[in-house]
Amino acid sequence: ARPVSVPRGAAGPVPHPPSTPAGRARLSSAEPRARGGRSGEEEEEEEEEAAEKEEGCYQLYPGHIPTSPLQKALLAAGSALMALYDPYRHDMVAVLGETTGCLALPSLRDKMKHHPEGYRILQERPRIRLSTLDMARLQGLPDGTLGREYVRFLEDNKVSPDTRMPPKFVDDEELAYVIQRYREVHDLMHTLLGMPTNMLGEVVVKWFEAVQTGLPMCVLGAAFGPVRLSARKLQVLATELVPWAIRSGRNASCILNVYYEQRWEQPVESLREEIGIFPPP
Amino acid sequence: AAAGLCPCRALLIRRGGALRALCGSVRGFAAGPETHFGFQTVTEAERREKIYQVFESVAKKYDVMNDSMTLGIHRVWKDILVHKMNPSPGTLLLDVAGGTGDIAFRFINYVRSVRERQLQRKLRHSQNLSWQEISESYQEDKSKSLGDSQVVVCDINKEMLKVGKQKAQHLGYSEGLSWVLGNAEELPFDDDKFDVYTIAFGIRNVTRIDLALQEAYRVLKPGGRFLCLEFSHVSNPLLSRLYDLYSFQVIPVLGEVIAGDWKSYQYLVESIRRFPPQEEFKAMVEDAGFFKVDYQNLNSGIVAIHSGFKL
Repeated sequence: ARPVSVPRGAAGPVPHPPSTPAGRARLSSAEPRARGGRSGEEEEEEEEEAAEKEEGCYQLYPGHIPTSPLQKALLAAGSALMALYDPYRHDMVAVLGETTGCLALPSLRDKMKHHPEGYRILQERPRIRLSTLDMARLQGLPDGTLGREYVRFLEDNKVSPDTRMPPKFVDDEELAYVIQRYREVHDLMHTLLGMPTNMLGEVVVKWFEAVQTGLPMCVLGAAFGPVRLSARKLQVLATELVPWAIRSGRNASCILNVYYEQRWEQPVESLREEIGIFPPP
Repeated sequence: AAAGLCPCRALLIRRGGALRALCGSVRGFAAGPETHFGFQTVTEAERREKIYQVFESVAKKYDVMNDSMTLGIHRVWKDILVHKMNPSPGTLLLDVAGGTGDIAFRFINYVRSVRERQLQRKLRHSQNLSWQEISESYQEDKSKSLGDSQVVVCDINKEMLKVGKQKAQHLGYSEGLSWVLGNAEELPFDDDKFDVYTIAFGIRNVTRIDLALQEAYRVLKPGGRFLCLEFSHVSNPLLSRLYDLYSFQVIPVLGEVIAGDWKSYQYLVESIRRFPPQEEFKAMVEDAGFFKVDYQNLNSGIVAIHSGFKL
């Protein structure tokens, strides 16, 4: 028996994953009562009903766009080409991940379920966002701790955790959370691996993630990313960075099974050792 | 997963429809008459707002998307519209929902080439003039390369007009071109002003089509022509199925990949299905007071040009 997940009031409807058509039907009749009189939500309800009418599926979570298998295939191909053509289209990389992750995401979710910390993450569904992080406290932590290094990474590379795209094309709302978690943990990967956000750093992190998660998007990114690098960088990549990334990826336990929000005070070195990431070259 | 839901789908849609009607009637008291936004039911005010947002978000990629969705064929459709119009120099055109200027630029090109031919003919007749007289005639003709023709591009959306103006600058169109922010349902122009009124791929986004048609009638001069280029209904069953498949499966994907906006293009294909078919629209045009209303199907009805005259 699956325990009931804690409802996240701010994030939208209670995530009772409907596993049967009857379950979905109940969700439909419950909605109008739950949504009361707010016009914005009524529109969302209408969009959901409209989406239902078109595709025969529900909108399973806010932002969900139900898609047919043909549409997913076209999206996967189109987003792959567009991401190669214009590497700044991060949304295309995200879409590629969602449309091709149908095998890797369930296996990641199962890895999380069978691990105590991962299981807790699936239950509590923490989100890494500027609104949930206490930046002042993290900056105040001593150097070398995860929190301090993470904030330093965000500042040095001028990135923010809020730029991660919410999932749209994943047809299971728990898997949607898994991929969302993977995206939000990506910056922490940069911190743990000590890699910057330039093309070279991103490729190295992709290799690590490809070994860790098996997501086709990571594999493709790892394989095709280097296409845009100079010869010198390619050499460094091939001789030092990639072998290290692969070794670490193989050795490390699942990175999604770490409750990072509860480990801001832990030193990066100790966390690396605990997970099994070798020190960066 | 979708296949598994099929038996339940019919049941759910019926129930969903009843619930929606209930919610709709409750809300109707508050916010005005009901209309459609794609396949959704919304109030008129909501529809106008949503459509404004759709075009605000797609404005920059509008032309790229048109080319990819129609594989460039939309250019041919617009060319056919302007050829059908056959404007002579001195024509005053109002292009409503003309946003990025496609019809306006084609109009200018057409009038320019007609004008050039006129000038060439004049020159051939005046080959016995002295060189002084010929150079003088160049001076006066240069200032009238369009022959007093003018086009006013009117659009309700600021972003679309912005893109249009930038395009005009980039392509070198300046003479005889004006850009006006206005609503097709309530045009900011006086009665009996224009020779031709065009609306290309715009009228299906208007919330009250009847008002737009009435406004079109009002601002046209007697003898003026109404021309509407719009997606319409395909009667051929095989083509219709292929067209539906392409519209619903491919176009939103193109929207996501090229413009990063699935929902706007989902709205687009739904709004095409919601627009009245050729005969019904012809009746609406006649209701506004136009005479000799006719339509021409392009590509078996994927697109139709409706034409009418104010007498």
